[in-house]
Order: sequence, then structure tokens, then C-alpha cells
Amino acid sequence: MSDQLVMSSVARQARSHAWWNAVNAWLLLLPAAVLLLAFTHYPILATIRHSFFITRRNGTEAFVGLDSYHSMAADPIFWRALANNFWFALGTIPTSIALALLMAIWVNRNMRGRGFLRLAYFTPTVLPMIAVANIWLFFYTPDYGLLDQLRGLFGFGGWNWLGDPSTVMGCLIVMVIWKEAGFFMIFYLAALQQLSPDLEEAAAVEGASRWYTFRRITFPLLMPTTLFVAINAVINSFKLVDHLVIMTKGGPNNASTLLLYYIYEVAFTFQDSAYAATLTVVLLVLLSTVALIKFGYLDRRIHYQ
Amino acid sequence: MILVRRTMLAATAVAVLFLGARPAAAVDLTMYYPVAVGGPVTKIIDDMVSRFEKENADIKVTAVYAGNYTDTMTKAMTAMKGGQPPQLSVLLSTDVFTLMDENAIVPMDSLVTDKTWFKEFYPAFMANGQIDGKTWSIPFQRSTIVLYWNKDAFKEAALDPEKAPATWDEMAEMAKKLVKKDASGNTTRWGVEIPTTGYAYWMLQALAIENGQKLMNEPGNEVYLTAPKTVGALDYWVDLSRKHNVMPTGTIDWATLRTDFLEGKTAMMWHTTGNLTAVKDAAKFNFGVAMLPAKERRGSPTGGGNFYIFKSASPEQQKAAVKFIQWMTAPERAAEWSMKTGYVAVSPAAYKTPAMEAYAKGFPAATVARDQLEHAVPELSVHENGRIYKFLGDAVQAAVTGAQKPQEALAAAQQQADRVLRAYK
Repeated sequence: MSDQLVMSSVARQARSHAWWNAVNAWLLLLPAAVLLLAFTHYPILATIRHSFFITRRNGTEAFVGLDSYHSMAADPIFWRALANNFWFALGTIPTSIALALLMAIWVNRNMRGRGFLRLAYFTPTVLPMIAVANIWLFFYTPDYGLLDQLRGLFGFGGWNWLGDPSTVMGCLIVMVIWKEAGFFMIFYLAALQQLSPDLEEAAAVEGASRWYTFRRITFPLLMPTTLFVAINAVINSFKLVDHLVIMTKGGPNNASTLLLYYIYEVAFTFQDSAYAATLTVVLLVLLSTVALIKFGYLDRRIHYQ
Repeated sequence: MILVRRTMLAATAVAVLFLGARPAAAVDLTMYYPVAVGGPVTKIIDDMVSRFEKENADIKVTAVYAGNYTDTMTKAMTAMKGGQPPQLSVLLSTDVFTLMDENAIVPMDSLVTDKTWFKEFYPAFMANGQIDGKTWSIPFQRSTIVLYWNKDAFKEAALDPEKAPATWDEMAEMAKKLVKKDASGNTTRWGVEIPTTGYAYWMLQALAIENGQKLMNEPGNEVYLTAPKTVGALDYWVDLSRKHNVMPTGTIDWATLRTDFLEGKTAMMWHTTGNLTAVKDAAKFNFGVAMLPAKERRGSPTGGGNFYIFKSASPEQQKAAVKFIQWMTAPERAAEWSMKTGYVAVSPAAYKTPAMEAYAKGFPAATVARDQLEHAVPELSVHENGRIYKFLGDAVQAAVTGAQKPQEALAAAQQQADRVLRAYK
């Protein structure tokens, strides 16, 4: 066997090896790719297409172009839901993140009853959504709910918490913060435990105050977690629907209607899947924008270890 | 010989066992049904279904509790579009236009041989389901709105405990006397409560009828929300809380109002007669049931659920479904259902059964809703029911929470309703 032949056989082998690697990789990716295509990409495209049609009552469809978008722009309930969603996001996201960080720092310390405290903070997260809604329904019930019984001790009368447009959104926000903060705490707790103690010790040696250490060392190092948690919080603020079904049905007078609940109502109660698709496209655009901001801008400005 | 005979005997025995264990080609039916009132309704339904199955071994009925009326309709329509519809369902009698528009149901006419069956029911209950000369549904858990009042509270307020208010003015006056406050000025008992969630359109319709105003036309493509008398009806409703201070402000929940009444938080409530037995079983005080008070006239819309048969069911299933419906609505069962829940029995014959007669003698409240039928009007039934109900519910809630004046709120609802109903003219 000449050297040349050996060389080419080695090259052939290497090439076939690379080819096999590629096939292997694609085969391994295939299940996930199929799922992603079937349950994410195809539905997105189908929804966008569907938003240019109307559903006739006899089940047929008709192309109407941008008509659905025009009627959406003229739909006061849509705008109400969008505005509600904005206030809801603003009310829940910063507070639940701040609270999660505080709780994580608190239960990260060495102290007695630490395990119990961690468990207590995390409990709201593991409860089923419907159970959460029912618990809070009991808190907010006028007159004999927990909240009104407490108010009663101080001589206040009953308040119709969920039946009053001025309080219903606040009530939902408080409940969601209660539920989310414990969940986000877990991520912060994990991140805090990853931090090297050297940095804090070095800061202590330099005589930095605890607040300064937190502000200049701990918090910046937690930024990747904060970003992750913030993205999740934004998504969650658009995902709330179960609680609304149980607690308010979007009322009174749409004061607690959020975008996803309105989509559910249009699609399933009114059986108008085309208009629901139009509304869904808005939700899609909103969430894609959030993703774009994350990957295009925030990711580059954050320090990863 | 003996051996042969034994073998044959054994073979016959096996064959008998085998055939006996398998009912001859049973028809399977799935039925969705809603619960909108208190009490063990699912247990009552399950019990009736299992008795029907015992009498009809060739039919198997799976009764599925599917939430309130809206949820049940949602479930049925979603199942239909998903290709797995139920064969029959109990849905709002007013869902008929939507179900027809969706091409979901079959009329009963071709399925029954003896058309006199339709004449056995109260005409007021058949009215919603008979369109274009066809009968699309059969009444089952039917109701009217009635006024429940706490006789003990009336006595305490120096009112005649046996006399319910007969007019709007009287109700407001009595309610003022019934309001009770504690030392720090907080209300511990309200005069009257009319629910504003769940079925607000229904309550508004009752008030409008009493004020002499229809809410919709017969073809179901027009609503009259800005008519002065409709506005007057909502004005009165809002005045109860904001002017007379006899009803709480904010929304009043359909589902918890019964508890409010039972806990003595309100001396009177407007609610479906379907709650009567649940109230009777739980009340720790004397209570009465009366027809709704009058303005120009007495009146209440009829309400509640009918049986519908789905088009996609096979002919055998449709026939079996009719058999089941006939069994469920037969006078003895209608009487039993009425006594166990409080719903109005759907046929006059049911009130002539010995059991019902004896029950009504000991508990006269059981017939108030039936007697009110004489003043009743078909429930608001239009195309796109779901949407129209929402617009109306929103308007009522906007008005009672003080966000809008009744006039403005109803004008907004009318505008939205007109837009939706335009397609059906």
C-alpha cells in the first residue's frame, strides 16, 4: 500500500466521520425541531394567516385583509385590556423582583428555621392556580372575607374588593406578587450561592459598607439572573387567565380584563376564532419585542461570569 | 347420551352467560349539563341518569358537569369544532340562535312521531325554542326570577312578615326600613340585592319588562337598550344603591348572593327559583318567595336550560337522545326535579302528580315561579348571544359601580350590539 493511498483513505475516513457527525446531530435535534415546528412555528404562521380572514357562522372563512385589524382598533374592550395589561405588568414586575431578591438574601443567611422560611416563601408557587384563586377569593369576599374581618376589628365596614373597578386591579396585583415573588426567589437564591465568597471578603477587608458591597458587587453579579427573572415576569404578566376566570371574569365592566383573557373570551365564548387570531397577533408582537430587546440589547450589556 | 346432554347444557349455559353479560349493541350518549344554582345538583342528575339506564339497558348516558351555562356552551362548541361533540346537552334556552347559526343542532320534529308531546309543556317555556315553525329544544331546568324575603327581618323592622313588596316604590321603601347599621355606621344588613355578575342581562330584562319595555325583537337581530324605559329600569337599579342606599355599591356576585341572603346580609334578594330548595334546606329563618314587584306591570323573563340534540349524532343516537329527554321531562320526573331544586316543573301535568300536590300544599312557595309564568316574557335571545350578554353585563356593571350614568352605559352597549347584529338583518 502506497503512502498516497493511506492518506486518501484517512481523509475519506475523516470525511465520512464528519458526515456521520452531522447526521447524528440532526437526528438528535429532530425530535425537538419537530415539536418546535409543529407546536410553535406552524401555529404562529397559521394564526397570522387566520387574522386576515373572518369566521362565518356556517364554518367557512372569507378573506378580509386588514378588516379585523381595523375593527380591533375600534374595539374599546381591546384597548381597555391592553391598558389593563400595562398597569398590571407595571404593578407586578418590579415589586415581585425586588421582593424576591430581598427574600433570597434573607434566607441565604445562616439562621435558625432557614429551611422552613424557604419552604414558606416557595409554597405559593407550588399551589395550583385554581387553588390560589380560591384562597384569595376568600380573602377578598366582602364582609366575611379575611380582609374585611381584619378591617372590622378597626371599625371599618365591608368593602367590595373585587366588585369595585378602583380596587379590583390592585387586588389582582397583590395576589400575583405573592405568587411570583417566591418563585423568583429560588433563582436569586441559586445565584447567590454561586457567588464566590472571596469578593465579599475582599470588600470587607477594604472596609466597604454592606450596602456598598451589595450595590457595587453582589447586585451587578446577579444581573444575568435579574434579566432572566425579568423576562419571565413580563411573560407571566401576559399569561394570567385562570385567576380571572375564577375571581372576576374580567369584570366589573372590564376593569380586570387582561389581553389573554379577552382572547379566550373571544375565541371560546363568542366562537370568533378569526378575531381571536387578530388579538393573538398583537400578543405575539408584544412578546417578540420583549425577546428582541433581551437578545439584541440587554444581553450585551450584562456581565456573565 | 348423558355426556352429550351435559355438554350441550354447558354450552347453552356459557352462551347465555356470554350473551347476558353483553347488552345488545348499546347506544352511547354523552351529555353536557351546567349547574347555576346551589344544592347537590350533580348528584341528582347522576341519580336520574342511572335510573334511566336501569330502565333502558340498551342506552348508556355519560352526564358531564361542565360549569355554569357559559362554560357549558363553550365546552360544547369547542368540542364540536374539535370533532368530538356531545350527542345532547342542556344549554341556555336562549343559545338557540347561536346553535342554529353554527349548524350544530337538529330540530326535534323529525325525531318524534307523536307531535302532541310538544303541547304538554308550558307554552312560555316552549317559546324560546320554537323558531320558523320548528321545535329546536325541550325545556328542562326552567325558571323565572323570584323575590326571596326574610320574614324574621321583616318582623324586626316592624313590617308585615307575610307581605312582600308589590311595586318598585314599595320595595325601595321597605328596603330602607330593613337596612341595619352597627354602632360605627357600617351596614350590617342591606335591604335588597339584585345580582350584577353572571346573568346581569337577565335581571335588567326583568326590570325592563316591569317598566313596560321589551328588550329584543322576535327574529333576534335587534335590541332596545336606549329606549327610555330600559334606561328607566337601570336608573331604578342604580338608585337602589346610590340614592336609596339600600343595596351595596359595586357588583353583587351571582354565585355568592344566596350565601348573603342565608347569612342575613340582605333582607331580600332577586334570584332564580332554581335556588329555592337550596335556600329552603339551609335557611335558619322564616322566608317567603314572591313574584317580582311591578312598575307598569308584573313580569320576569323565563330562564334556564333546555335539552338540545346535536346534528352530528347518528340516527340511533338521536333516537336514543329523544327517549332520554322524554324520560327526563315526564311529569313524575319533572315534579321530582322541581321539588329537589326549585326549578319550575316544565309541564302542567307535573303539578298534578300526587307527590307535587302534597309538596306544594306543605310549601306553597314551590308554585310561585310557576304562577308568575302568566306574567313572564321569553328570555333575551338574539344572534351572537354571548357578545350581546357581555355588552349588557358591562353596561350594568359600569352603571352600578358609578363609572357611567345608566344612559351613557346603555348607549355604548347599544352601539356595540348594533355593530354585531348588523350581519343578521
